[in-house]
Amino acid sequence: MIRLSPLQRRRWQNFRANRRAFWSLVVFCILFGISLCAEIVANDKPILVSYRGELHMPVFRFYPETAFGGEFETEAEYPAPEVACLIRTGGVELCFDDPEGVMAEMAETGAVEGAPEAEAGWILWPPVPYSFNTINYGVRTAPSAPDADHWLGTDDQTRDVLARVIYGFRISVLFALVVTFCASVIGIVAGAVQGYFGGWIDLIFQRVVEIWQSTPSLYIIIILAAIFTMNFTLLTLLIVAFSWTALVGVVRAEFLRARNFEYVRAARALGVRDAAIIWRHVLPNAIVATVTLLPFLITGSISTLASLDFLGFGLPPSYPSLGELALQGKNRLNAPWLGFSAFFTFAIMLSLLVFIFEGVRDAFDPRKTFR
Amino acid sequence: MSAVLEIEGLDVAFVQGGNRSAAVRGVTFHVDAGETVAIVGESGSGKSVTALSTVGLLPDSAEVSGAVRYRGEDLLGANERTLRRVRGNDISFIFQEPMTSLNPLHTIGKQLGESLALHQGLTGQAARARILDLLNRVGIRDAEDRLSAFPHQLSGGQRQRVMIAMALANGPDILIADEPTTALDVTIQAQILDLLAEIQKEEGMGMLFITHDLTVVRRIADRVYVMKDGQIVEEGPTAAIFDAPEHPYTQKLLSAEAAGRPDPVPDDAAEVISTPDLRVWFPVRTGLMRRTTGHIKAVNKVDLSVRAGETLGIVGESGSGKTTVALALMRLISSQGQIRFDGRDIQGLRNKALRPLRRDMQMVFQDPYGSLSPRMTVEQIVTEGLSVHGTDAGQDPREMAAASLTEVGLDPAMMDRYPHEFSGGQRQRIAIARAMILKPKLVVLDEPTSALDMTVQVQIVDLLRDLQQKYGLAYLFISHDLRVVRALSHQVIVMRAGDMVEMGPAATLFEAPQSDYTRRLLDAAYL
Repeated sequence: MIRLSPLQRRRWQNFRANRRAFWSLVVFCILFGISLCAEIVANDKPILVSYRGELHMPVFRFYPETAFGGEFETEAEYPAPEVACLIRTGGVELCFDDPEGVMAEMAETGAVEGAPEAEAGWILWPPVPYSFNTINYGVRTAPSAPDADHWLGTDDQTRDVLARVIYGFRISVLFALVVTFCASVIGIVAGAVQGYFGGWIDLIFQRVVEIWQSTPSLYIIIILAAIFTMNFTLLTLLIVAFSWTALVGVVRAEFLRARNFEYVRAARALGVRDAAIIWRHVLPNAIVATVTLLPFLITGSISTLASLDFLGFGLPPSYPSLGELALQGKNRLNAPWLGFSAFFTFAIMLSLLVFIFEGVRDAFDPRKTFR
Repeated sequence: MSAVLEIEGLDVAFVQGGNRSAAVRGVTFHVDAGETVAIVGESGSGKSVTALSTVGLLPDSAEVSGAVRYRGEDLLGANERTLRRVRGNDISFIFQEPMTSLNPLHTIGKQLGESLALHQGLTGQAARARILDLLNRVGIRDAEDRLSAFPHQLSGGQRQRVMIAMALANGPDILIADEPTTALDVTIQAQILDLLAEIQKEEGMGMLFITHDLTVVRRIADRVYVMKDGQIVEEGPTAAIFDAPEHPYTQKLLSAEAAGRPDPVPDDAAEVISTPDLRVWFPVRTGLMRRTTGHIKAVNKVDLSVRAGETLGIVGESGSGKTTVALALMRLISSQGQIRFDGRDIQGLRNKALRPLRRDMQMVFQDPYGSLSPRMTVEQIVTEGLSVHGTDAGQDPREMAAASLTEVGLDPAMMDRYPHEFSGGQRQRIAIARAMILKPKLVVLDEPTSALDMTVQVQIVDLLRDLQQKYGLAYLFISHDLRVVRALSHQVIVMRAGDMVEMGPAATLFEAPQSDYTRRLLDAAYL
């Protein structure tokens, strides 16, 4: 285990003492953990397939239909009854004509005419047998209400809402973490340079930051979205470009304060380089101020992504997006499961994040005591 | 005479995170009308906590038990209403820090008037007359004009006078003064003490005086209580305590005075640092074009020279520019005028060229709580200089840190701990170890003892003297405390408002001061 310094240990204890924050962290970690393995939780490809005694993992590998005795060189369409029949029986020709009949016979007698000697095949499906972009042609009306097949119903393109929520949650959180990390790094560096060196550098940069901050970021993103095709990287870059300024002010203030501390002066008297002083002596002071602002950055970037998606200027339609789900919910009030799913996903995700970071902030506060 | 304020079996403990730490244990004392009682003790002895607990000013985390009686009325169990009536009305407070005790956003007239309106219902002309009367009493000149002054427009001494006026405003029976002169310069300190004694006599009120400074106690107090670790170890009339202290701790306190004189410097000692004409002028720019129209002269023509093994003491009151001289010599702030260090002019050298020289010139700062990074272990702090300047082949930084810590009298086994686990004196030793590990030629000591208790000061002075003798160090010793300067310095410079007032060998300067200002300083320090 990593050896924690007494300070870190005390902070961890303080965080543990805040029960709401701690349990929020636990729940969030579980949810995020599940969504990180979204491919084996919600997918239209089976996790494990046994065909003629051999194991295949379609989730991770490409198998043409011919690998299961089919006719096409394209990837096997696992939800199709023909493919299921081929796998179960080990590639009986009859599956092409009457998959249901063969399967029924198989279930009844345990064997089928013309089947190879090897044991019968089987398919292990994920808990949600749909991916975020699986279109279920078996559904009569779109959107369809929740049922045993689709636990949260389907959207207007008969895609499973639960699968889209799982993937959408993952992309939202990952996006928020990436944006927050990049924005914090840029913001801390900019604030550190400004605050530590002060003088003209500070004066000029501060004006630049003010001008940059006052640009209407949403419009610029919308304009750029009209020019370029949006993708995850471009959108991340754009939002980072407009959110790093949030931290500059506090970090700069902390540095302005800390650069006159005696231990910073002592380090300068020792001849320590500026970069080392910033890193070792001043930065730890600025971290606490940064931590207080992090929850706003994280929730802010999640909402920005959602609102862009909602407006249709965010991620391209091929991405599972919660904002798009919310838009569908708004357009189809007759299908309330869409709106409710989007609302509860956002509400739970943002509340958990706020609770967690509230706990983190309190844990970093040296004056806060927990009895 | 009857006791106005009686404290009996007072216990105070602070509870934090389930830990209970006792700050005051079984303290019993009383203050009679018209007498001055002093509580003396070093930092952490619980003297301020005792004072604050009398009127329920302690934070919520404190558990108080025992009895506090004001004219027979129990204050510990009293409700907030009673306490508010007593506070500021019957029992007044003066705090240590005059800078932060006054609200910077209100004029002093308004702040004085607030207390009068609250406790006496005085407003308008009556209040104004009373305020003027009070300000005159505490010796503020041109009181009429000063009514509309903001705290930042007053000097530290004037601010403390305003605080005293505020405390007197409602004619209290008891004045509790918590280190009222510690933050002030020596000459001002003497004035404030005289003022307090005079007012106390006139008003016939009781005064509870809390301090760590024994010379102050001797001047002002009728009776003394000596506190150590939350307990009163000795009590008695001032004269008796000073003449025949019984408790070993009192004896130790009384003998704790930086004594002795520095060892003489060999005649052939090489000059380490010198400057013929050092100036630190900050330009004042005005107008649209930001033209330089004048200068704030923080330091004006300082001429000094320090040889190996020699200590140059710089004394002066706050704002005299003594720290500025040190920072300029260390090239930590910009200055004008040649600075010769180790035979070469370092004025105008760029940071990169200066870095190798930093090994030979080290600095120890005033505040041992502020000069050590709270997030680094002692080993990291002490070896930081080595990481910049490198170690000789075959030397292990950790072993060098251990040797350096042993040298300053600390147990090397403690080097994985963090600064907050050490006392003030130990922290100052760590700061000295950080400077000594590089084996410098010059050490600049900026008030290294003034944040420390007297007994600890003596130890640090001894340590510095030993190190100087062992390594032939040149010291530039900055202090406002003349006793410490006398114990350490060969040469002394007296500074005032950026100018050198007097300079000379310590012995002659202390025995026969030439200038009036030096004489005044010496008088105020009761040397």
